[in-house]
Amino acid sequence: MTADTSTAIPATRSNGSWLLTVMKLRTFIALFAVIIFFSIFAPNFTSTANMILMSKHVALNAFLAMGMTFVIITGGIDLSVGSIVGLCGMVAGALILNGVVLPIGYTIYFNIYEIVIITVLVGLFIGLINGLLITKLNVAPFIATLGTLYIARGMALLSSDGQTFPNLVGRPEFATTGFEFLGAGRILGLPVSIWMLVVLALIAAYIARSTPIGRHIFAVGGNERAARMSGIRVDVVGIFVYMFSGFCAAIVGLVISSELMAAHPATGESFELNAIAAAVLGGTSMSGGRGTIGGTIIGAFVIGILSDGLVMMGVSSFWQMVIKGLVIIIAVIVDQAQRRLQQRVTLMQMAKAG
Amino acid sequence: MTATGIEQHPEVILRLDDVSKVYSGIVAVKRANLELRRGAVNVLVGENGAGKSTLMKIIAGVERPTLGRIILDGEPVFFSSPAEAQAHGIGMIFQELNLFSNMSVAENIFATREITRGLRGIDHAEQVAKADGFLKRLDAGISAETMVEDLPIGQQQLVEIAKAMSLNARILIMDEPTSALSAAEVEILFKVINELKAQGVAIVYISHRLEELMRIGDYITVLRDGQITGQAMVKDIDTRWIVRSMIGSDAKDFARAVDHNIGEEAFRAEGISLARRTGGLAVDDVTLSVRAGEILGIYGLMGAGRSEFFECVMGRHRHATGKIFINGREVRERDTTRRIRRGLALIPEDRQREGLVPVLSIASNLTLASLRRFVRIFHVVESAEKRAIKAIIQDLSIKAPNPDFEVTSMSGGNQQKVVIGKALMTYPKVLLMDEPSRGIDVGAKADVFRTMRRLAGSGLAILFSTSDLEEVMALSDRIAVLSNGKLVAVFDRHGVTEEAIVAASAKGHTQIRDHAS
Repeated sequence: MTADTSTAIPATRSNGSWLLTVMKLRTFIALFAVIIFFSIFAPNFTSTANMILMSKHVALNAFLAMGMTFVIITGGIDLSVGSIVGLCGMVAGALILNGVVLPIGYTIYFNIYEIVIITVLVGLFIGLINGLLITKLNVAPFIATLGTLYIARGMALLSSDGQTFPNLVGRPEFATTGFEFLGAGRILGLPVSIWMLVVLALIAAYIARSTPIGRHIFAVGGNERAARMSGIRVDVVGIFVYMFSGFCAAIVGLVISSELMAAHPATGESFELNAIAAAVLGGTSMSGGRGTIGGTIIGAFVIGILSDGLVMMGVSSFWQMVIKGLVIIIAVIVDQAQRRLQQRVTLMQMAKAG
Repeated sequence: MTATGIEQHPEVILRLDDVSKVYSGIVAVKRANLELRRGAVNVLVGENGAGKSTLMKIIAGVERPTLGRIILDGEPVFFSSPAEAQAHGIGMIFQELNLFSNMSVAENIFATREITRGLRGIDHAEQVAKADGFLKRLDAGISAETMVEDLPIGQQQLVEIAKAMSLNARILIMDEPTSALSAAEVEILFKVINELKAQGVAIVYISHRLEELMRIGDYITVLRDGQITGQAMVKDIDTRWIVRSMIGSDAKDFARAVDHNIGEEAFRAEGISLARRTGGLAVDDVTLSVRAGEILGIYGLMGAGRSEFFECVMGRHRHATGKIFINGREVRERDTTRRIRRGLALIPEDRQREGLVPVLSIASNLTLASLRRFVRIFHVVESAEKRAIKAIIQDLSIKAPNPDFEVTSMSGGNQQKVVIGKALMTYPKVLLMDEPSRGIDVGAKADVFRTMRRLAGSGLAILFSTSDLEEVMALSDRIAVLSNGKLVAVFDRHGVTEEAIVAASAKGHTQIRDHAS
């Protein structure tokens, strides 16, 4: 390393840092590239209606990807988010349709606000289980969340015996109406889910930047031992990120079942993979310590626009999968190249400084 | 070709020609010229971090020299991997054991050189038979079919030695081969070394135990700060010559002791014990106290339990026993987070693994442990944080042109200052420093020592550990000697000799050997 950089200093200094800037902005460049490409080749791509529709699609993945980003920054992974989406949708659906049947012959109906809160609590609870398994019982994150993936999905299927909860309009006498607001409502012309995404993204970015827990998330992912020795409560950080991820998944569960006005137990299958892809595309490092919420949101948009745009162009869904895979792999290769270049530039700066 | 081969002594098998090795933060070896002779034990000594291991790793093909050449049998050679060096007949026993604990002894000995029977795969019986032969020569009393993980550390070291013997090497490098051996096992090793010597093998022997070197060595080379400072025949010299060459006449720049008042007792540890995972105690009932403004040096050899003692004090090990007191009040908190809040701070020995978060900026590393100072409810007040960072950078004269750069962009000495800064920003009452001068250059060392003096002058109680005699003599107000987990002696700085400290530090280790043999 040291030997070959020392000889290459004068030649690569100027174009090295230029290339580095391009690489750092790669997700932005990719976003503009897909937008420009589809504006030219896909009919009606730039229409307002299409833009809003695409944003709603993207928002679902972006919620999950934000939660996933924090988890990955700590060096973990959360495979259970897709199942939590399914289970939370079923919880909301069951509470609206059937309420809670007590064994003594009464049935409790919650109002719609309580239902939303309970559903979110379910997501947080599964996140808590994940966090406890990983921090207190030392189960590897991959295995722990694989386990909860199956459990949550199984419970979603059990809740209705595999059936769909249809027609979630609710009943005025129980104050369970208005569920459609999350999925179909609009504020100032924009869908509610987009507003929720904006608010949550701002909160997440704020957490990452300006709160102690945010700093601790990066520190734990960068070097867990050093974090522990610096007095950071590593376990608390771990539990926080998995609970946040569960929270994001619960939101998605609510939004999807509200959009469809129905809850299906298989909803959210393989969503976790899209979330991981968006995070990675946005520059989150799977080895922990690096990543930004902004990058992840852009990553989610790149993936979302890519798949919607390809649909509009009439590309077969089989080819879509191939293309998506290639984009993810290329993103990681560029990421690695940037890391190496960065190291070289840093060494050069050190050599220059003496 | 002709230029390289001339004026070489016929006995010299390998020569290092002006070899330097530079890592990103530090110069590990500076223009070393070294000759290894066949049929002799070439001894290498030097303090921790003097560059011995780096030099040997260059010869064994683990590291490549930044500058300079390796000349083997008069021909310049270049090793790009340990396998290539092995092909040239160079074997090495590493300081850290490099065994696969999930495999048997025989499989370890023949790893990468498995005895095969064509398509029928590995000939396990043959491997076991041969491995047993080597182990027998070492009188190891180990069956070659045992799993390595079932062996105690001393016997694992014997397996490592057997593995090196099986290479039929012409040059055999042993990096502290006796650190885990009992007295009886050392005797057997020496017998084997003499046999190998008679066969014409060039042996490189690295050890901190001077009496061993004097017994077994033929030629001696002393390293200091990456440079060779002395070369001689062992029969011409004595241990005092070695110590002098190791430490050097140009004394390091220790800050002068400032006269200041030493106050009340600030810290006391009572009966600290920690069980080792492999059995026995890593820290054995250590009781000591430090007063405000006092620097207590903790001296001990590798494995004496210094780092473990500090870790116990910081609450790293839940199963450690004993009590600690700050300003006379017992610290009942068991976890690191709350102990830091009570006024303890540790500067860990391994900067890279335990001190720094490499992906974070210099600034974030500095405030990592003290973030709550700048927090209002849950918001980090950036202006306050920036001001504190600027102050500490100035205070410790950290060379950081831009605190937002990654911490890995700095030199080793400046990285160490960041770790110290991180600890100081928690406003500690008691500062624990584990080998604070390890792996940093001379200038940064002087800065660190000056800082220690200044902090003690301002009333901080400091405990620091070191395996550097000169350092412990120059910096400490009192010197505690740890040996094999036990506190064997506490000396006052005035009126203690280096010999007394060295003798004390070996005490616990000899006891253990007596038990074992």
